[in-house]
Amino acid sequence: MPEIKVTPLGAGQDVGRSCILVSIAGKNVMLDCGMHMGYNDDRRFPDFSYITQNGRLTDFLDCVIISHFHLDHCGALPYFSEMVGYDGPIYMTHPTKAICPILLEDYRKITVDKKGETNFFTSQMIKDCMKKVVAVHLHQTVQVDEELEIKAYYAGHVLGAAMFQIKVGCESVVYTGDYNMTPDRHLGAAWIDKCRPDLLITESTYATTIRDSKRCRERDFLKKVHETVERGGKVLIPVFALGRAQELCILLETFWERMNLKAPIYFSTGLTEKANHYYKLFITWTNQKIRKTFVQRNMFEFKHIKAFDRAFADNPGPMVVFATPGMLHAGQSLQIFRKWAGNEKNMVIMPGYCVQGTVGHKILSGQRKLEMEGRQILEVKMQVEYMSFSAHADAKGIMQLIRQAEPRNVLLVHGEAKKMEFLKQKIEQEFHVNCYMPANGETTTIFTNPSIPVDISLGLLKRETAIGLLPDAKKPKLMHGTLIMKDNSFRLVSPEQALKELGLAEHQLRFTCRVHIQDPRKEHETVLRVYNHLKGVLKDYSVQHLPDGSITVESILIQATAHSEDQGTKVLLVSWTYQVGILEDIHFNQF
Amino acid sequence: MAAHLKKRVYEEFTKVVQVSAEGSELCRVTPQQHEDLSAKKLRLTKPSKSAALHVDLCKATSPADALQYLLQFARKPVEVESVEGVVRILLEHYYKENDASVRLKIASLLGLLSKTAGFSPDCIMDDAINTLQNEKSHQVLAQLLDTLLVIGTKLTENPSVRMRLVEVACKHLTDSSHGVRNKCLQLIGCLGPVEKGVAKEAESQAAKDVQKIIGDHFNDQDPRVRTAAIKAMLQLHERGLKLQQAIYGQACKLLADDYEQVRSAAVQLIWVLSQLYPESIVPIPSSNEEIRLVDDAFGKICHMVSDGSWVVRVQAAKLLGSMQQVSSHFLEQTLDKKLMSDLRRKRTAHERAKELYSSGEFSSGRKWGDDAPKEEIDTGAVNLIESGACGAFVHGLEDEMYEVRIAAVEALCMLAQSSPSFAEKCLDFLVDMFNDEIEEVRLQSIHTMRKISNNITLREDQLDTVLAVLEDSSRDIREALHELLCCTNVSTKEGIHLALVELLKNLTKYPTDRESIWKCLKFLGSRHPTLVLPLVPELLSTHPFFDTPEPDMDDPAYIAVLVLIFNAAKSCPTMPALFSDHTFRHYAYLRDSLSHLVPPLRLPGRKLVSSPVSPSITPHEDPSQQFLHQSLERVYNLQHLDPQGIQELLEFTIRDLQRLGELQSELAGMADFTATYLQCQLLLIKVLFSRALQEKLWNVAAPLYLKQNALASAAAKQILEETYKMEFMYSGVESRQVVIIHHMRLQAKALQLIVTARTTRGVEPLFGMCEKFLQEVDSFQRCFISELPQMQGSFVDKLLDLMPRLVTSKPSEVVKILQTTLRQSTFLHLPLPERLHRASANIIEPTGESDNPLRFTSGLVVALDVDATLEHVQDPQGTVKVQVLYPDGQAQLIHPKPADFRNPGPGRHRLITQVYLSHTAWTEPCQIEVRLLLAYNSNKSKAATKIAKSTWNESLEALPQPENGIEGTIPFSKPVKVYIMPKPARR
Repeated sequence: MPEIKVTPLGAGQDVGRSCILVSIAGKNVMLDCGMHMGYNDDRRFPDFSYITQNGRLTDFLDCVIISHFHLDHCGALPYFSEMVGYDGPIYMTHPTKAICPILLEDYRKITVDKKGETNFFTSQMIKDCMKKVVAVHLHQTVQVDEELEIKAYYAGHVLGAAMFQIKVGCESVVYTGDYNMTPDRHLGAAWIDKCRPDLLITESTYATTIRDSKRCRERDFLKKVHETVERGGKVLIPVFALGRAQELCILLETFWERMNLKAPIYFSTGLTEKANHYYKLFITWTNQKIRKTFVQRNMFEFKHIKAFDRAFADNPGPMVVFATPGMLHAGQSLQIFRKWAGNEKNMVIMPGYCVQGTVGHKILSGQRKLEMEGRQILEVKMQVEYMSFSAHADAKGIMQLIRQAEPRNVLLVHGEAKKMEFLKQKIEQEFHVNCYMPANGETTTIFTNPSIPVDISLGLLKRETAIGLLPDAKKPKLMHGTLIMKDNSFRLVSPEQALKELGLAEHQLRFTCRVHIQDPRKEHETVLRVYNHLKGVLKDYSVQHLPDGSITVESILIQATAHSEDQGTKVLLVSWTYQVGILEDIHFNQF
Repeated sequence: MAAHLKKRVYEEFTKVVQVSAEGSELCRVTPQQHEDLSAKKLRLTKPSKSAALHVDLCKATSPADALQYLLQFARKPVEVESVEGVVRILLEHYYKENDASVRLKIASLLGLLSKTAGFSPDCIMDDAINTLQNEKSHQVLAQLLDTLLVIGTKLTENPSVRMRLVEVACKHLTDSSHGVRNKCLQLIGCLGPVEKGVAKEAESQAAKDVQKIIGDHFNDQDPRVRTAAIKAMLQLHERGLKLQQAIYGQACKLLADDYEQVRSAAVQLIWVLSQLYPESIVPIPSSNEEIRLVDDAFGKICHMVSDGSWVVRVQAAKLLGSMQQVSSHFLEQTLDKKLMSDLRRKRTAHERAKELYSSGEFSSGRKWGDDAPKEEIDTGAVNLIESGACGAFVHGLEDEMYEVRIAAVEALCMLAQSSPSFAEKCLDFLVDMFNDEIEEVRLQSIHTMRKISNNITLREDQLDTVLAVLEDSSRDIREALHELLCCTNVSTKEGIHLALVELLKNLTKYPTDRESIWKCLKFLGSRHPTLVLPLVPELLSTHPFFDTPEPDMDDPAYIAVLVLIFNAAKSCPTMPALFSDHTFRHYAYLRDSLSHLVPPLRLPGRKLVSSPVSPSITPHEDPSQQFLHQSLERVYNLQHLDPQGIQELLEFTIRDLQRLGELQSELAGMADFTATYLQCQLLLIKVLFSRALQEKLWNVAAPLYLKQNALASAAAKQILEETYKMEFMYSGVESRQVVIIHHMRLQAKALQLIVTARTTRGVEPLFGMCEKFLQEVDSFQRCFISELPQMQGSFVDKLLDLMPRLVTSKPSEVVKILQTTLRQSTFLHLPLPERLHRASANIIEPTGESDNPLRFTSGLVVALDVDATLEHVQDPQGTVKVQVLYPDGQAQLIHPKPADFRNPGPGRHRLITQVYLSHTAWTEPCQIEVRLLLAYNSNKSKAATKIAKSTWNESLEALPQPENGIEGTIPFSKPVKVYIMPKPARR
């Protein structure tokens, strides 16, 4: 029985360090190669020794696929390819290929330069790694080798995020990466066709959440910013450089445009500026509105948003500033926060989750007095707001995707075990398909039932379809032919041709059957009677009375002879080839 | 006259010659010409087209050649009489032809030919059916069936033909090509018998149940055929056949089809069935319950709102709106979305907003964890994929494609209009849509809200969100919002206050919105008098003890507040007691200057005296209308008085009417119209009885009368202009008025003739003029023959009596006769139509107030934004032009694009366009004038076209079109001056 094996090295009943091994029809594919944010030791990268102890990775893996540029999906890539050693192809979409190295470099800088770690990958390694990357377009079918093909689908989530279909023969697996089923201000919704894969590997971050409309959140956000600016206050929005920041920028930019507002919006420079550049380039990956209007104006050419300079923070009057990092634990955002915290007119909006121990987490939990370094006490008078803008599919979205793709099996990754349990139960209940949720290192085996394509000659097909009614797509149809398996190929040919090809002589099988009838009349009278009866019964067939005293009904031959012993008994000899059908209509027991 | 006739005949003759020459050149006549000349075609002897084609086709050596000939042939039209011959030739070649592509072209030509107007294709039907018999190529078969479809649609009256075609189609349904099956189904759908029982048993069994035949193909292996089958079913429905309920089950299965076009068509089919059998009961699968079919269908269509293909989503969302019979609890489910977080129930932002509101706490800042999830949810009870309608609109409104969102908003609107409780529920969602990223969607949702506004009352927090949109930079959005506020119900006085504050904010930000905001406040005030009452002291900033400073009367914001208060005071008699003295004075002023915004108020007696103007100018509608009619009566009765008296009376009446028009906006159109008419009459009388025409021309030296003559001809010209204005500038003018107007024009022309006769020496030019004039009289008679009896004693009546004499007499005599007839003729009573509105335009932008010249490099172009409102203009796309007048007298006429016109309400249009200016360099900035013109074309006037048509049919001789299409323009807006400065280009 053919089978698909899936082993998560990371992201199995867990969030972070996404790395899933899939073996399908003899091909091995690695999906994502991420790092874990929670660890600083060896556990931050997936355990690649699982794949092979001593051989080269390239021999074991046919390809690596990266779904998007978030570090928990691509963070371990240079380590994997350069330090562990992998030379095979790495597939990702164009935007991911463009943005990924920026993030990796940033990550490397923080780990090596700030934390002083050694034995980490270098800038050169990132470059070398990126050279192995093959970029793919949406909906482009890429032949990895003769049998293995992959295809990318739009996934929303962040710029360039994609879902991948991996297909060998007629077995297929779809890996979603992270995706979002509701559109936002800069990206569209994930979409997949009815590809009916054998297995769908989906993320399940929000397995137990159904989210409210995005509009309310956006409106609240805009209203707060607007009110504060009108009061003359300053708004600080700590963000991570990529993804949400761009969405919020677009949101504010269009709002400023719509409402004709004049207060300046600033964006902290550096990483983000570079990223914005790529957003401008990859317009086709954004949502309908941006795609349709970019000819008049590229939405990422911000009119109201300008680069931030440290000196601007002390400027009087209202302003809005986006600053990194997002959790207020260091850097520019913290500096600005300290400057503005004392004024109750100002406001800070946290657009994402904050880790415990950071300033962000403290103020969100309501702390109004913060102890800064140097025993300084900072009194927070400014308003603190929390707005969640997350771009994962919620439970409904996941179900919607499953409904669209119609997979035969579902496997959940990238989520907490407890939440997965709920979703698993729901999926099994609603779609009646098997659902799996393996832990890291645990292998799930799925048996598939692949259909095997067979070549059939057109002549035979036409001949067979001509018999009987129109072919019906939904019903199987019986046909006559000979299946020849030769040289790894299957062919269905007509019996005659099969005989010819194989050089065999044709043997005809005839069945005979004797029926005894009590009939005192003469033989030819009996024959006549049988003939008349058959004529009456089988109106649709040609019944013939041959001069030699036998009857033929199509290919069936009937002869009557008198019984050697008992002249009152006639023996009816019925002989037919293997072609049933008419016989069922003849009931000899009527005699 | 005789000369003229001769000339016309000659023209005709030359034309004919020309055409026949063309005809011999294989009739290279463009279709348009073809139509024009169709009347004359009859006389032509044309070469046989069929013969030519036959020769061509026989000459063809290869299929490619033949194809070329056929293509060439297809470019030319074929006359009705020769169609059949051509068809025969084509068929003959069809049988001979071996190449499938040529046969395909012939088949398509057959279809084209049978479409020829006036040709009845029943004679070729048999042949067409015969060709099907031996055809092997599937493409040609499909094309032939298409031809049969064309033939069938032309012969729908004949049931036996239809029956036969349907039978043919049924026979080919088993074809292996999807194209052929497609066409067969289409044919059955278009021609299948619709009436039950008409099909006789003898006819055939096949045609008996078309529905079953089509239904069988719902499961075809080809998606295109499945789509065609559903479409054919829908076609049958459209033609009036009642579809069987049994199809419903099949249709539901098709909703899960792999192909979007099948799903899209299936959604339509389900909708149709739900409208046919709303009350039937269908079982719910996997349970014992049963529900109404319309509810079930509603649920299924709702499900399609989250389909993978946006085409289907749009389709589904659109259809939802028209399912009015759905039970209310199903309807309300569409807005339902249960939220949860970590398996705990969470409230939606809408619910939270509502609670905040009901607990009295408004607009509190949100805290971390404010939306913290509450109670645990039973995992078993959560249904992630609902079978029913749950959340369909929630999905639709959040869709990625704006097309879907717009469709969803429209559907919401339609459902909410029929169900007040649903309207109340969908309010939150509509309000959310006000912040959509696409302007169209925002606008649509604002309009929707307005349409359902009588069913709803806005909560304060909702109002807050609505009002936030007032700052939108798009004028359309703001104006739509003002309209919405006009008919909104607000629940509290804080709401009113909030609305006022936001509107004033809007006013300071966008001063051009002034009118719109005032209007909005007018309705807001008159709808909520009791809510405004407690706000009055605050709004007028009055103080019980101290006098407060008198506000500036010209401040638009202050006027806005007053408009609100005065309109509220209309139905709240206690309010005026709260006014201070200056308020009363301001009232009097506003009542006079902005009478359309400030209603008449019953003020306490003392104040009445202090503002004496107000009561006198508040006449009721009836008296003013009466007054209008009385003054007209008076004029019409006085036809036989001496000229002096008439002139004075006319002058007074005109003055009265003009004043009336200014005061009573409802009667303005009528008053202006009649005033213009009387003005024409007055001018006519003045000239006729002036000394210039009194004296005998022949014995006085002409130069003495030069000035008088100039005056007279100017008057004639003015009358002409005024008549065009009367005809084209007013909407609601009926043919009764058109006659009078044309009559007046005729008189003006007569006057012109008389004046020219007096000023010009020599007879030669007069000949032509006289002839032309007589021609016009002639066409007038023809056009308005039915109205002539009502014009007893009028100028034209008398003229027609004298016609035989006029035709034969010399120009000088003609002039003399005309002069006397003009003087003797009575002046005609102008009947007034029910409603009459004068077209008017108001240029909002440019304002003409800017002192900053618009600088641009000479030779290059600068775009000037023009924004204008048009009222009572019919077909503005065709008639409204923008004129730019440069200081050097150069004038430029710009035709705005049709898309630049918007239609915000009945009778109102809005022109927002860009005008491109360019000029050579100037030394200093100068002003140009921009104005709107109303273009007219007397050919296109209603009466003229009507008459033209009827005469065409009666006689084939070509009449010169009445007045031969005089085109012109009428300025109908105040010109606006724009300061521009073309700079010389830097080298």
